Amino acid sequence: MIRLFANANYDFIKWRRWAFSLTGAIMLVGVIFLATRGLNYSIEFTGGTLVQVEVAHQVPIANIRTALDNAGLQGAEMSNFGSDTSYVVRARLGHEASQGEAGTQAVADAVARAFDQSVGAGRYRIERREAVGPKVGQELQGKALMAILLSFVVTLIYLAFRFEWRFGLAAVVATAHDVVATIAFISVMHLEVSLVVVGAVLTVVGYSLNDTIIIFDRVRENLRKYRRQNLYEILNLSINETLPRSVLTHGTTIATTLSLLVLAGEVIRPFAWVMSFGIFTGTFSSIYIAAPVLLWIEKRWPGEDARGARTFGSRAAATPSVSAPPATPPSSPSPRTPQPAR
Amino acid sequence: MGKIRQRLYFIGALIVVSIISLVPRNTKQRIRDVTTGAMKDTTVRRVPINLGLDLQGGIHLALEVDQSKGPVPDCADAIQRAERVVRTRMDEFGTKEPVVQIQGRCRLIVELAGERDPARARGIIQRTAFLEFRITDMKSLFKDALPQIDAALRKAGVKSRGAAAPSAVAQLFGGDTSKAARDSAADANTPGVLSSLLFQGQLPGEFLVPEEQWTLVDSLVNRPDVRAAMPRGIELRWGSQSESRGARAYRALYAVESRPIITGEELVKATARRDPVTNQSIVPFQLSHRGARKFSDETARHINDYMAIILDGRVQGQPPVIRSQIGANGQIELGAKPLQEASDLALVLRAGALPAPLTIVDERSISATLGADSIHDGVLAGVVGVVLVIVIMIGYYRMAGVLAVAALTLYCLFTLAGLAAFGFTLTLPGLAGFVLSIGIAVDANVLIFERIREELVHGKSLRLAVDDGFLHAMNAIVDSNVSTVLTALILYAVGTGPVQGFAITLIIGIAASMISAIFVVKTLFLLWLYRRPDMVTLSI
Repeated sequence: MIRLFANANYDFIKWRRWAFSLTGAIMLVGVIFLATRGLNYSIEFTGGTLVQVEVAHQVPIANIRTALDNAGLQGAEMSNFGSDTSYVVRARLGHEASQGEAGTQAVADAVARAFDQSVGAGRYRIERREAVGPKVGQELQGKALMAILLSFVVTLIYLAFRFEWRFGLAAVVATAHDVVATIAFISVMHLEVSLVVVGAVLTVVGYSLNDTIIIFDRVRENLRKYRRQNLYEILNLSINETLPRSVLTHGTTIATTLSLLVLAGEVIRPFAWVMSFGIFTGTFSSIYIAAPVLLWIEKRWPGEDARGARTFGSRAAATPSVSAPPATPPSSPSPRTPQPAR
Repeated sequence: MGKIRQRLYFIGALIVVSIISLVPRNTKQRIRDVTTGAMKDTTVRRVPINLGLDLQGGIHLALEVDQSKGPVPDCADAIQRAERVVRTRMDEFGTKEPVVQIQGRCRLIVELAGERDPARARGIIQRTAFLEFRITDMKSLFKDALPQIDAALRKAGVKSRGAAAPSAVAQLFGGDTSKAARDSAADANTPGVLSSLLFQGQLPGEFLVPEEQWTLVDSLVNRPDVRAAMPRGIELRWGSQSESRGARAYRALYAVESRPIITGEELVKATARRDPVTNQSIVPFQLSHRGARKFSDETARHINDYMAIILDGRVQGQPPVIRSQIGANGQIELGAKPLQEASDLALVLRAGALPAPLTIVDERSISATLGADSIHDGVLAGVVGVVLVIVIMIGYYRMAGVLAVAALTLYCLFTLAGLAAFGFTLTLPGLAGFVLSIGIAVDANVLIFERIREELVHGKSLRLAVDDGFLHAMNAIVDSNVSTVLTALILYAVGTGPVQGFAITLIIGIAASMISAIFVVKTLFLLWLYRRPDMVTLSI
């Protein structure tokens, strides 16, 4: 029988300052990218035209570029899509907003003409064609924002109903961290933000929350079970107890998202990137954001579970349970009193 | 054991229901005939899971009323008229079930799965609606011409279905020389090709064609030799939809005069209401000055004749009879028919009177090859993902892992069956969501197995450890799944097509994993413990 991390007893909470610094640094990089480069919105959101073309034989990209310029599409971006013979031309509305609804159709036709010229009529095939008017784009932006905000409100209500508000707040802070970190990741990777990617971000929210809830569930249970231990110890104990589950579940989920990333094709790739990253940040935040934040909240506004949370704030008391022998008497019914860290 | 047997029966029933809902079945599909350009029905055998446009290829269009040439005061009414018009043109699309629906107040969504030519689809949808009133064939000119038409068809070598069998026999036994003579002899005795397919309707110029044969009749009457044999001044127009008379469904075919007595341009207003005195559904309408003059002349000549209301070449409803001379104001009486039908007729009249110019605000078209590639890649990723999950689970949990994998197989079956049974659409993000949910689906089993291990460490007996493991893991499983379902519901509410597909697969997947990971695995555990009562250590 393989047992990973059985009876693990790492002092996770001790490293919270390191964790905060690390995540702070990552966020900083993300914010810098966001500020300088912004997000690469898909034409679903900006409005505009996308044409995906499959050519029979490879053509010098410069020829197509010139033909596009001649067709009056200087602002259009062109890139390979997956393979050498597949191209995607994107013309966002943005600065040329004056062209309106009919304009996006005209652009799609102009792209087809440009390919007629450079590749030759009948020697390419239009695989995908999207022409989104500015109004629809704006509506979708509103909807996406709404979805993310709504998901926060609903989860907050659910957590408040299922747990005490302090737990709920800590879980929401951890989830908010994941959203920010994921958006930073999207910016750094220059992934295209489509509605499907927004869907991935929301799934990350659900997944991360799921993970936090599993740990908090254990915390709630252990608080009832081990009456003598303080919150700091209980948090560590709960994270350690759920560690094998975390490793296994994240392992299987990562396995599926990686196979999506590698095998499922170009259209789904941004989704797979966001999910893969989201699983990492979700795992990280459940341990290093949710638990320490809960500890901090209990210190600030002590509830009935805030055992020892107050004293934990002082430097001297910060590490008692790790170095000192178990605080519980030897006759304690608990067989799993924390052991010194390895 | 009785309890285990009950559980097994339940699981068996679920599996049978799932498999039945996934058995490939025949579905009718409309495709465009390459040679004639006409639509024809073909039967395809396939697994009954609806594929989204991004997987099977097709066109998605969002249309709004064009306001660029002056504002349109009531866009909701305009878009309703447009929807009515697009619906009458359904047959022109090369797709089995085109989706035409109004989104919000002022937007029309048209989805054409399998349609390849965006320009053609746009043309059909944006074409201006045309309404006309024509008098039906009161003198039975078409009926009198039917023998000539049948003769023309016979000359062209078209055989009716009834006659096809005997002539085939004649071919088998007779020599080549006598074949022509025999054929003509056989044909003289059989009823005409076209006339055998037509049944006289209730009013002059109305014929009924069995629904399954209307495409055949349509191709016959559109032949050039049949057109040449048609009586002068008479044309044929189909009814807009099939209607059931008795047990069979019929499509009405009307012989109408080629000259319209009035067109939609002259119509000013049409509404639907109930006559307060007679309590009948009526559609009062109003004509322009010019139209009123023309209409009063025509109606005076055609009293007691029937007047077909034709929108875009399709006769709408049964033609009403003209009772008296009508000037600027008239009304169509629908008798005891529901008000809904009157509203629909009024909408048809308005649609022809005030064609709503449509502008496309969102167009997505995906080729069938790209869709097929997506399916192929998605399925490959799914298979690899499943294999990885199986390796991890069996490698780590051994025998218990095998049980979890068995449950995972059922999970896949249940999820696909759920998609098929509820008629939800599988999209590319949905496929990705399905692959992802395979990874997440084992979470419940992981939680349970870890709990059982803990209970065993605490020194509990096997049976107690299994029971307590399931019991104690439930809290965490329910909480975490509810949070995922909540986000998926929000996605469904806010998202469009592909994203909604993702949310749906996620929700169905979670429901299926609840059954497979908890109920099925528990049953398998019970069975395992029952078969091996002497077992002291659990392979977990």
